[in-house]
Amino acid sequence: MIRVVLPHHLRTLAKVTGDVQLEIEGEVTQRSVLDALEARYPMLMGTIRDHATGQRRPFLRFFACEQDWSHESPDAPLPESVASGKEPLFIIGAIAGG
Amino acid sequence: MSGVRVLVGTRKGAFILSSDGKRQKWDVSGPHFAGWEIYHMKGSPADPNRIYASQTSGWFGQVLQRSDDGGKTWSMPGGEELPKPGEFPAGLSNKFVYDTSAETGKPLTTHQWYDGTQHPWEFKRVWHLEPSLTDPDTVYAGIEDAALFRTTDGAKNWQELPGLRGHGTGPKWQPGAGGLCLHTILLSPSDPGRIYIAISAAGAFRTDDGGNTWKPINQGLRSSYIPDPTAEIGHCVHHVTLHPSRPNVLFMQKHWDVMRSDNAGDLWHEVSGNLPTDFGFVIDVHAHEPETVYVVPIKSDSEHYPPEGKLRVYRSRTGGNEWEPLTKGLPQSNCYVDVLRDAMAVDKLDSCGIYFGTTGGQVYASADAGDNWMPIVHDLPGVLSVEAQTLP
Repeated sequence: MIRVVLPHHLRTLAKVTGDVQLEIEGEVTQRSVLDALEARYPMLMGTIRDHATGQRRPFLRFFACEQDWSHESPDAPLPESVASGKEPLFIIGAIAGG
Repeated sequence: MSGVRVLVGTRKGAFILSSDGKRQKWDVSGPHFAGWEIYHMKGSPADPNRIYASQTSGWFGQVLQRSDDGGKTWSMPGGEELPKPGEFPAGLSNKFVYDTSAETGKPLTTHQWYDGTQHPWEFKRVWHLEPSLTDPDTVYAGIEDAALFRTTDGAKNWQELPGLRGHGTGPKWQPGAGGLCLHTILLSPSDPGRIYIAISAAGAFRTDDGGNTWKPINQGLRSSYIPDPTAEIGHCVHHVTLHPSRPNVLFMQKHWDVMRSDNAGDLWHEVSGNLPTDFGFVIDVHAHEPETVYVVPIKSDSEHYPPEGKLRVYRSRTGGNEWEPLTKGLPQSNCYVDVLRDAMAVDKLDSCGIYFGTTGGQVYASADAGDNWMPIVHDLPGVLSVEAQTLP
């Protein structure tokens, strides 16, 4: 079970509190996690990855195990501790004003 | 008893202000979508309980919200229910993707950037939502970078009307200070095929065939801030309005100049007359008097606050040129707010109500066509848009 921590506004949109837990079949990567997240919560489609390009929106970052994964390949395997559910994948909004 | 619902979009959420026909006591609900920019909300003329809202964020992009109960509850069309395993959701209400197909769209087109170079089209947000006059499920959306989209299934899916963006002058369109935005959409009540739109900074355009083909309608405009002041394209039109009984008569607030056209935009002439400044953003028409027009003059360049710190609505009862200041109930000293382009509206009650919102978070109302004003609310976030619904 993968754990994902969403920023406040996306938790509101998805109508969830706390971590989101997802089942992933196959390799655990940014892409497979986001695919599963959007399939489970379709209202999040377009809010993390741009609809047209599929790219991460510029003011969002991905962190796991205190490392910035934002600029890694979306198909790169995430750490084992994320794949095992021990650590969450954080989706974080850039600190850029209020 | 009939009533009014005022839909207010702000920089930090949506608010709905409701009153009976007297318009003296108001109920305030909100913030809806707290923390998000609500560029625009508008109700369907065919079903007042159907309201659409454009919810945007620099972080999370575009979200479309819909209410079917007059704003009490909201949902994202198509995304409100979990799909069954293995299925995609029924619709993607926030998916605005330019039509670049070779068959119907205009692949690889560009517009002009601030520095004069060409720049690809990039979707940023929905500025304006214009529901069909007859079908609650059909809505037009004006977006940044400028293009016109339409839904026919209640905002579950959106398709571009690519004839506008690709009709030929697109490479000359350039962003204004607020971006390259399509901010005005006017549907002709007498001709279902006729739509007017306006873009900053490109100008006004008209279709007579439901959006397949378009023509610029900027003849008569003069903008001294562009290399050719009378160019066909490049004018920073701030807002355009019409009275439903005379859909061929248009009033425009341009970056500078208040303009009028009596022939569906084919030719414009200036009606700024005695205004203290002819810069401003909003312009609207009295619900029952097609020659009564309202503007809020704003000082420019760059200042963008009322002249002399006095917030004054100006009214012309002669279709322009002769303007009178309306000040009763409005601050007449030390007022330095702006009134943005979509932040004025009128209701249709017997004594026409006028409403406008400010960047300082006030929403002012007049229940007597502008003679007297009162604030409905003082301290909302900066107001981006105001629409009024007249309820049966």
